[in-house]
Amino acid sequence: MKTGSVSIRNKKENGDKKTAKKADIAVSRSHKILEYNYFLMCLPGLLWIFFFSIVPMRGIILAFEDYNPGLGMWKSQLVGLDNFKYLFELADAKRVIVNTFIIAGMKIIFNIVVPVLFALMLNEVKSLRYKKIVQTAVYLPHFLSWVILASVILNIFGSDGIVNQIRGLFGGTPLIFFSESKYFRGLAIGSDVWKEFGFNAVIYLAALTGIDPTLYEAAAIDGCGRFKRIWHITIPGIVPTIVVMTVLGMGNALNAGFDQIFNLYNPMVYSTGDIIDTWVYRIGLVNLQFSLATTAGLFKSVISFILIAVSYLIAYKAADYKVF
Amino acid sequence: MGESDNGLRMVEHKSIVSRIFTAVLFVILGIMALSCLYPIWYAFCVSISDKTAANSGMVTLYPVGFSTIAYREIMKDSTFFHAFGVSVLRAGFGTLFTLFILCLMAYPLSKTTKQFRLHDPIMWILLFCMVFNAGAIPWYMTMVSYRLLDSVVGLILCGSLPVFNLIIVINFFRGIPEDLEDAARVDGAGPWRVLFQIFIPVSKPVIATMVLFTSVGYWNEFFQGLVLSSSDKHYPLQTYIQQMVVNTQSVANMSPDEMKLMSALSNKSLDSAKVFIAMIPMLLIYPFIQKYFVSGMMIGAVKG
Repeated sequence: MKTGSVSIRNKKENGDKKTAKKADIAVSRSHKILEYNYFLMCLPGLLWIFFFSIVPMRGIILAFEDYNPGLGMWKSQLVGLDNFKYLFELADAKRVIVNTFIIAGMKIIFNIVVPVLFALMLNEVKSLRYKKIVQTAVYLPHFLSWVILASVILNIFGSDGIVNQIRGLFGGTPLIFFSESKYFRGLAIGSDVWKEFGFNAVIYLAALTGIDPTLYEAAAIDGCGRFKRIWHITIPGIVPTIVVMTVLGMGNALNAGFDQIFNLYNPMVYSTGDIIDTWVYRIGLVNLQFSLATTAGLFKSVISFILIAVSYLIAYKAADYKVF
Repeated sequence: MGESDNGLRMVEHKSIVSRIFTAVLFVILGIMALSCLYPIWYAFCVSISDKTAANSGMVTLYPVGFSTIAYREIMKDSTFFHAFGVSVLRAGFGTLFTLFILCLMAYPLSKTTKQFRLHDPIMWILLFCMVFNAGAIPWYMTMVSYRLLDSVVGLILCGSLPVFNLIIVINFFRGIPEDLEDAARVDGAGPWRVLFQIFIPVSKPVIATMVLFTSVGYWNEFFQGLVLSSSDKHYPLQTYIQQMVVNTQSVANMSPDEMKLMSALSNKSLDSAKVFIAMIPMLLIYPFIQKYFVSGMMIGAVKG
């Protein structure tokens, strides 16, 4: 590639040259200059991704060695796959993997079902003003952090929160819900669905507006009532979107939501609520077992990578979905 | 949405079932909407309620007593203000920085492979980095080796390029008519001028969407702030709240006795006032950008 940024005026001057051959050379030269400028535009982003996504990958070596902070990353003793063997023998590891799959799996299912139902319901509302108000309200939790929401949710479900006050009216004894391992998963899944359903519904609402209105007219003329139209036109109209979102969602099968769990859980619910990410944080950054934490993190990254690649491939083959 | 079938439904005979159905929908949707507004209302009510009422859990649906003491106490809390300032700087400069890089990179990547030979290799690198990450520990060690602890610059850079947002911008740029660019080219505009004087001005919806997503992302992030700060003096606001409010609540959940002790010491109105202040910037931005983000996201995320 040519060096130096040549101003675009050159391109024009060159383009004015008489002979066809010279013009060809000029065009290819100006195209090179253009491509060079394109590359310059990509450079800041590439540097950012290089230093903050690619360089950290060298740290994966920690998963294959017995890391000794005194010796550093490159001089510690290599141990092959011993860290992985040790990891899978730990009862904790099995527990967090199971928890992760259950919590993430249920979130995937309900984060599709609830937004679809919500979009279908909203689509049946005729008052544009009411629609607008409802939409503005339901987007809100998506923009609040789990730190903020956890502080409120822990209070609402706390020993003197509103939930226990209502239970009290029916003679129930106060329960600290987020300290009960049998409730934790349900609460985590429910609160995540509640936080995101409005925002997740955006894509289904868009799909609903894409349905040809003449279909409804034709169905009405043919004597279809309201419910028949929902069943035969509205729902089939968004099935392709649901399929794509379900397939892409499978890539999240190991993303149980660190921010949420970290802010809601406590040692009493580790048995059902501890997930890979929170466990990696504790063994790595709290207990400083860097090698083991990197191993667990790498395990998660690799499985996630495979799941995402497969789900995108399926979405591409089945629904012609392309990322770029 | 749904405007097109309004006319149709108006002339149609409405059955009683259909009317009841509509009424039920209104109620359900109303409850869903209110549940989403409740956290803000709750935080606000507790923050202006009397301290003892708040601590004993009397505040649920409306303020009990009235006191501005929580806000007056915050005024004296320099750590809180510092954390707030760190978050404002981080969200402000971080958003500018990210938006600059996103726009700059999205323009060449919206070209075809023929126009820009490096298009595919760069895309694959970006996608790989989006899908695969090294994990928390290697990331942390890298940040340590860059000496980016305790700095706002570290808090801005550590998140790396948001590839998914980049793809949304790329797809939006692709939808811009080619004639617009060709006309500018004929008039002698180079790629930089085309980007800054044509593409960016016509991309208001997607840029507004990115401003919203990026600033919300920076504002709400707490984990990096927690790991990269050596003391509470360097915390951004969310990390500060996580440590001062949420973490103590979790501890309080450990045993009933401990909890009683903690609730005697805790100050729910003060905590809620902090939480409410942290909500305010989000409440201010998103309703205004809402009209853009639905369209901006759709054009960028859905092909066609």
